[in-house]
Amino acid sequence: MYKYNEFDTAFLNERNAQFRAQVERRIDGSLTEDEFKPLRLMNGLYLQLHAYMLRVAIPYGTLNSAQMRALAEISEKWDKGYGHFTTRQNIQYNWPKLRDVPDMLDALAKVGLHAIQTSGNTIRNVTADHFAGAAADEIADPRPVAELVRQWSTDHPDFQFLGRKFKIAVTGSSSDRAVIKAHDIGLRIAERDGKAGFEVIVGGGLGRTPMIGKTIRDFLPKPDLLPYLEAVLNVYNLLGRRDNKYKARIKITVHENGIDKIRSLVEEQFLLIRPTFSGVDQDMLRDIETAFAAPTWQQKPLTAYEDAYRVDPVFRSWADTNLSAHNADGYAIVTISLKAHGATPGDATADQMRLMADLAERYGHNELRISHEQNVILPHVHKSDLPLIHAELQRADLGTANIGLISDIIACPGMDYCALATARSIPVAQEIATRFDELKLEHDIGALKIKISGCINACGHHHIAHIGILGLDRAGVENYQITLGGDATMTAAIGQRAGPGFSADDIVPAIERLVYAYLDLRTDPSEEFLQTYGRLGLAPFKSALYPEVQAPKVRAPEVSANAA
Amino acid sequence: MPSPFTPKIVTASDLLDGDVIYQTEDDRWSRNLTDAEVITDEAHSQIRLLDAERQNIALVGAYLADVNIGANGPEPVHFREDFRRTGPSNYSHGKQEGASNV
Ligand code: HEM
Ligand code: SF4
Repeated sequence: MYKYNEFDTAFLNERNAQFRAQVERRIDGSLTEDEFKPLRLMNGLYLQLHAYMLRVAIPYGTLNSAQMRALAEISEKWDKGYGHFTTRQNIQYNWPKLRDVPDMLDALAKVGLHAIQTSGNTIRNVTADHFAGAAADEIADPRPVAELVRQWSTDHPDFQFLGRKFKIAVTGSSSDRAVIKAHDIGLRIAERDGKAGFEVIVGGGLGRTPMIGKTIRDFLPKPDLLPYLEAVLNVYNLLGRRDNKYKARIKITVHENGIDKIRSLVEEQFLLIRPTFSGVDQDMLRDIETAFAAPTWQQKPLTAYEDAYRVDPVFRSWADTNLSAHNADGYAIVTISLKAHGATPGDATADQMRLMADLAERYGHNELRISHEQNVILPHVHKSDLPLIHAELQRADLGTANIGLISDIIACPGMDYCALATARSIPVAQEIATRFDELKLEHDIGALKIKISGCINACGHHHIAHIGILGLDRAGVENYQITLGGDATMTAAIGQRAGPGFSADDIVPAIERLVYAYLDLRTDPSEEFLQTYGRLGLAPFKSALYPEVQAPKVRAPEVSANAA
Repeated sequence: MPSPFTPKIVTASDLLDGDVIYQTEDDRWSRNLTDAEVITDEAHSQIRLLDAERQNIALVGAYLADVNIGANGPEPVHFREDFRRTGPSNYSHGKQEGASNV
């Protein structure tokens, strides 16, 4: 697996020492909060509703066992014994004390982890398909490219003070699991005439103005990547608006100028920049690729797996939902659900983290991944080891068989933690999961993605959910708005608003009505929710949500930008 | 006629651990809303907020929050302040854990 080099280590140590001194100066009063805030944010330290929060980057979602163990230890030593995995493939600690944060950062640096560029108007943690290097449908592992971009963008002098944060995602497959169309730049590894390259997508984003990214270059030869990205960033730096924070993302630049104008400006820039890249970056990339080489696969009989699959219905149900096709014979990708019914989506206790680290070490070539769907992945597991793994996961409350189902919900921290929230999101997820578990319906319902955000910033990806839920504050009361038909894949789409919002008490029954409507409307169990929605549109779902259609007394309030 | 003044308290986050704190009448900071000084007058509220903002070393982000006066003293008006007072609602592990203030 890829290891950071000495330069990275020295850089991290220096940054941490700097921040330690800044924390001391804040505590002794030499720095005011106004002076300190940008410094702490640069180091991933936020102040939330009840405590500080430290956001640790997990570049392209890849961890080894030692790193996962370190995350567990840190949570026990300096937090409340758990961590929260997020849609940005980060882990967040919700309860650090200011004085302890420098020690936490040092402990992270020992295993090559850090909190740099997890915040601020920089190029953020580069995300990638969580099945990278393992997926059966993969053209190439996207992580070397993600790592190259990370090295190029980290501390890049031109990109420390962008107009706004900038997020890049990479996928190496034809199917998109990295939500590349909702990122500032999305890269899809592609092939043309036997040559490797990328489809480059630009201007996607969620937040208060959701936009689906547009293709700016349908095929970019692989060696041209960094000069091309630099050209995009230069054009953004030049054209991007700095007068209004809400219009500063590149999605607005693309929207206001049109993709064609952006494209021609980028191509112009690109021609100027390309000669300044000597090819060193391609040598670097080759080295990185070697470091990411696939493990040596083993040939073992599959009997243990096949027997368990035949005789153990609990194992079979888990195998049917939580395994994905691997590119090596006899192997599977295991998704470990951090969505036990009624639990907080994305939370893992220190013991659970340690168990996952142990399993990865024993059975999984020492590799773990964090998905943007807030689950943990063992990317390389031989099928013969699956029954043992499943048994251990079950003992640790990690054996829930619900990946891709209605209870596999993405939920942002919402008002239980987040200072920006207008409503809670986690409890809504907990209630939906508990309710559908009671109904024993979720396997029958099949593939269905619910995503919940606690404010219009959309950290919970609600716009691109099959069923999206957005928590708002309506005159001092929590109110939940439903959007339908969003899609996070290569056929990305923003969901449509279904109508007036629901109170905290009414939102779960509303979701229930919606799901029953789908069960009635689908042609047969193979027609997924999104397909039924695509076939029939909003109308039948709307009547399920609002059965009392006759002249609603209160007009639907429009969502306004400042909904609070 | 000017609308009547909604009673207020001064609240902030503790500098060292980020915990929710409330300004008391005798210029201490309590973790407990019931200890908070209830301010019933606009001019005084501004003075008390300035008092808080001067304490760079103790706290972060002081502001005035509306309260109702209940049987046990101040009660939050807005649900956000209610969560700040008690801790996360997904399960008990914030202030509510082992606290006598709820
Ligand atoms: C509690 C601290 C957090 C703060 C202060 C925060 C702040 C924000 C803000 C202001 C935006 C809107 C950006 C824009 O439209 O320009 C945003 C978007 C986003 N955040 Fe967060 N967020 C937090 C937590 C999270 C968490 C926990 C996740 C992952 C679960 C996350 C992932 C995202 C994503 C995916 C987006 C939308 C994508 C985009 O940038 O367009 N954030 N966040
Ligand atoms: S969507 Fe809003 S409430 Fe949720 S984490 Fe982001 S900023 Fe906080």
